[in-house]
Amino acid sequence: MSQQKYDVVIVGAGIVGCMIARELSRYKLSVAVVERDSDVGMGQSTANSAIIHSGHDPAPGSLKARLNVRGNELWHQIAPELDIPLDKTGALIVAVGPEEQAGLRPLYERGKENGVKGLEILGRDQVLEMEPHLTPDVTGALSTPTAGVVDPFQGVLGAAENAAVNGVTFIFDAEVRGMIVENGALTGVETTKGTIEAQWFINSAGVHSDELMHMVGDHPEFEITARRGEYFVFDDSAFTISSVLFPMPSEKGKGILVTTTTHGNAMVGPNSDPIEDKEDRSVTKEGMNSILSGAHRLVPAVSPRDVIATFAGLRATGNHAPDGKNKDFLIEVSSTVEGLVNLAGIESPGYVSSPAIAEYVANLLKEAGLKLEEKSDWQPKRQRIPRFRDLSHAERAALVAQNPAYGRIVCRCEEVTEGEIIDAIHSPIPATSYDAIKRRTWLGTGRCQGSFDYPRTMEILARELNMSMTEITKKGPGSVFLYRQTKEEVI
Amino acid sequence: MQPNTTYDVIIIGGGPAGMSAAIKAYEACKGKILLIERNDSLGGILPQCIHNGFGAVNFGNDLPGPEYAHRYEVELRKLPVDILLDTIVVDLTADHQVYAMNSTDGYLHFKAKAIVLAMGCRERTRAQIRLPGTRSAGIFTAGTVQRLVNIEGYMPGNEVVILGSGDIGMIMARRMSIEGAKVHAVLELLPYLTGLRRNYVQCLQDYGIPLHLSTTVNKIYGDKRVEGIETVKVDENLQAIPGTEEFIKCDTLLLSVGLIPENELSRKAGVQLDPRTNGPIVDSDMATNVPGIYAAGNVTAIYDLADYVSKAGEVAGQSAAKYAESAARRDLREHRTIRLKPGANIGSIIPQEVFLEQDQDHEVLLTMRPNALMERMVKIELTAGDETVVSFREQYARPAEMIVHKLKAKDFEKLLSTDATELVASIS
Repeated sequence: MSQQKYDVVIVGAGIVGCMIARELSRYKLSVAVVERDSDVGMGQSTANSAIIHSGHDPAPGSLKARLNVRGNELWHQIAPELDIPLDKTGALIVAVGPEEQAGLRPLYERGKENGVKGLEILGRDQVLEMEPHLTPDVTGALSTPTAGVVDPFQGVLGAAENAAVNGVTFIFDAEVRGMIVENGALTGVETTKGTIEAQWFINSAGVHSDELMHMVGDHPEFEITARRGEYFVFDDSAFTISSVLFPMPSEKGKGILVTTTTHGNAMVGPNSDPIEDKEDRSVTKEGMNSILSGAHRLVPAVSPRDVIATFAGLRATGNHAPDGKNKDFLIEVSSTVEGLVNLAGIESPGYVSSPAIAEYVANLLKEAGLKLEEKSDWQPKRQRIPRFRDLSHAERAALVAQNPAYGRIVCRCEEVTEGEIIDAIHSPIPATSYDAIKRRTWLGTGRCQGSFDYPRTMEILARELNMSMTEITKKGPGSVFLYRQTKEEVI
Repeated sequence: MQPNTTYDVIIIGGGPAGMSAAIKAYEACKGKILLIERNDSLGGILPQCIHNGFGAVNFGNDLPGPEYAHRYEVELRKLPVDILLDTIVVDLTADHQVYAMNSTDGYLHFKAKAIVLAMGCRERTRAQIRLPGTRSAGIFTAGTVQRLVNIEGYMPGNEVVILGSGDIGMIMARRMSIEGAKVHAVLELLPYLTGLRRNYVQCLQDYGIPLHLSTTVNKIYGDKRVEGIETVKVDENLQAIPGTEEFIKCDTLLLSVGLIPENELSRKAGVQLDPRTNGPIVDSDMATNVPGIYAAGNVTAIYDLADYVSKAGEVAGQSAAKYAESAARRDLREHRTIRLKPGANIGSIIPQEVFLEQDQDHEVLLTMRPNALMERMVKIELTAGDETVVSFREQYARPAEMIVHKLKAKDFEKLLSTDATELVASIS
């Protein structure tokens, strides 16, 4: 097992970990991100509603409210820098009936208090004109024009690739199993890939961040419950809406929303289902039924017939509520051991808050004495691999002429070419499994869900990584597709 | 971009429909024909269908898929028809501009006087049947596994459960068994077999593989790779019956849960689709609503036999060639047509509209898909208003098997004597 030492080690390569990595990559520091899975963004960061919330919802004065509003601002700056698709759709919080209608004003006031810009209460006709698919029973809506929709994986990848190009090391398939505390200071983490030492550790382990805290005795009372949310994705020819549609919020959260992904598919979800097993991302019949009926209430055109994909994500809901009522993010320098920053209970609006969290954490480290000296050669920009589908005929012709691999379509529903797959395999955060390619190129996400591209993608992976077909996995160790060649003797 | 080349007819897809369309198109107009196929060989899905069951209608012979395809390929290769393999059409416009590409010729732009759509179909997936459980490796559609095993030469599993008693599922149950896998069961949600009876006998019975009717997958287990599935019995409304759950340990789940015509390009060109078939609405010339665009085979509706797909391709190829010659669609004002509508126990019919002509040679092959299982002597009727135009009997009606009927001169005579605009097909 190797011994490695860094200035800062970030545990968890979700959106929060990767945004912090990118933020710290500005400075003359050696930084590593330790991730138990084989790719970035394998947890809650990429299985969510993908919304850059405006910040109208969190309780005023909370960390959630502050970081959400700041994060929203930062996203609009970072997305173009990192070539991350961000659709400035705006959102409508839709009221159906007089009781809900009465709730719009308090929501408006709350958003205003949080510093959200552009809020407006719209009447029925105006709302229906904007969104003709909305239920005719709508009575009004709160418009939050600063809300948007992001490609959730590209967000994580963009931050991670940019961090990697700026010198951050990513260590995958490394699960933290223990922490080494010497003289009251955290000096290292024991991982499945050996001990990794550092001056500072950032616990951004998502649903598992409570377990990491407990390893050093921090906040024994703090506990994360995984709340599962299931989603449906619809065929892009099914129906389209232009803004994000929320129902009125309830105690359970922001409710079942209807949105359009940056890829152009309508999507509905999530429900909210507390579960025991923090890994259980299975979809359930009950969940699927409740989502469909929830979405149907807002958009009657939602039909199970047009569903092309289902998935579930987990929210890391903590029990940290400083005001005794509203659960908030827990972000602090540990008071139990030296050299640890805890980030826990980062559920929604965690994604939108992530760049603001990164800023906040850098500041915590600075205040705690870490020297942040800017690099002169820091590269703020990142460009993602070309997306053939989005190009014009002339651009496609030029690209294919320049690189013939772009002339071979591997996934025909989403029009993903061999060139894109090869580029994804050889990118700063290399794609080494089928799902990793899927997340980067959107291959296999269309109507046929990979039926056509599986064999071809496996071949390309095997060729480019110099592996055998039977070693190619869906999502890292333990998830091979093929067991053996035919004609091989069965033992 | 200016078109590189102009063709009389461009056929999109080189499976059974596309190949026979290309042959007939050339024979009919002796013009410039181009066939574009996305795979690196002709035949569409047939090269991976190494089982027999092809050619009984067209060759009077029981052939394996590759042999059936080969016969058409030999005929096609004799003709001066341009063929582009490993080439994918990425865009099609209503005025017959075709954008395609491959890694040798780069990005291509063609123009054609007429187009034949022959893109075939794809498999229904897990999401479309909203299968609950994890998203682990080891869940495949049966056709993908057929390709992996028969073309690529790899086994994707050892302990297998198959959901869906469609033909590909049963054929793969046998194929996987031959390759040394243990196929624990074939599950079918419906109370009856959805594939052909002969496949049940030859693929399941002969290999001792149990078929569980009115049973489906309740949950998939396994985070990285499938570790097992829970099955459940369903009632007559296809709802799970609590207490009937059973666990089967397995590493692979194959889905054979139906096929859907593949019409991305049709949509781009503005071709109107039939919600019953999910394919283009075609008349008896296999013409779609877009002038000069024809469609044939599984792109229009799911066929039971490749032989009828080839036949439909012939009609489409011939019609497209005629259109290319005269640059005009058969003038609807000079011809009466009649709309075909599915009635009792019929799910869909191809074509949806038929030209009524008095020509002695005029024949139209109707393919009708029953949507109910009737294991007894049945009567099939085509009625125009109160008048029964065609009536015949069959031994049974099964959703897995299409009912085929040829409308002939005497039928047209009868139809022309009425003023009916609609012909309703039903089974009783």
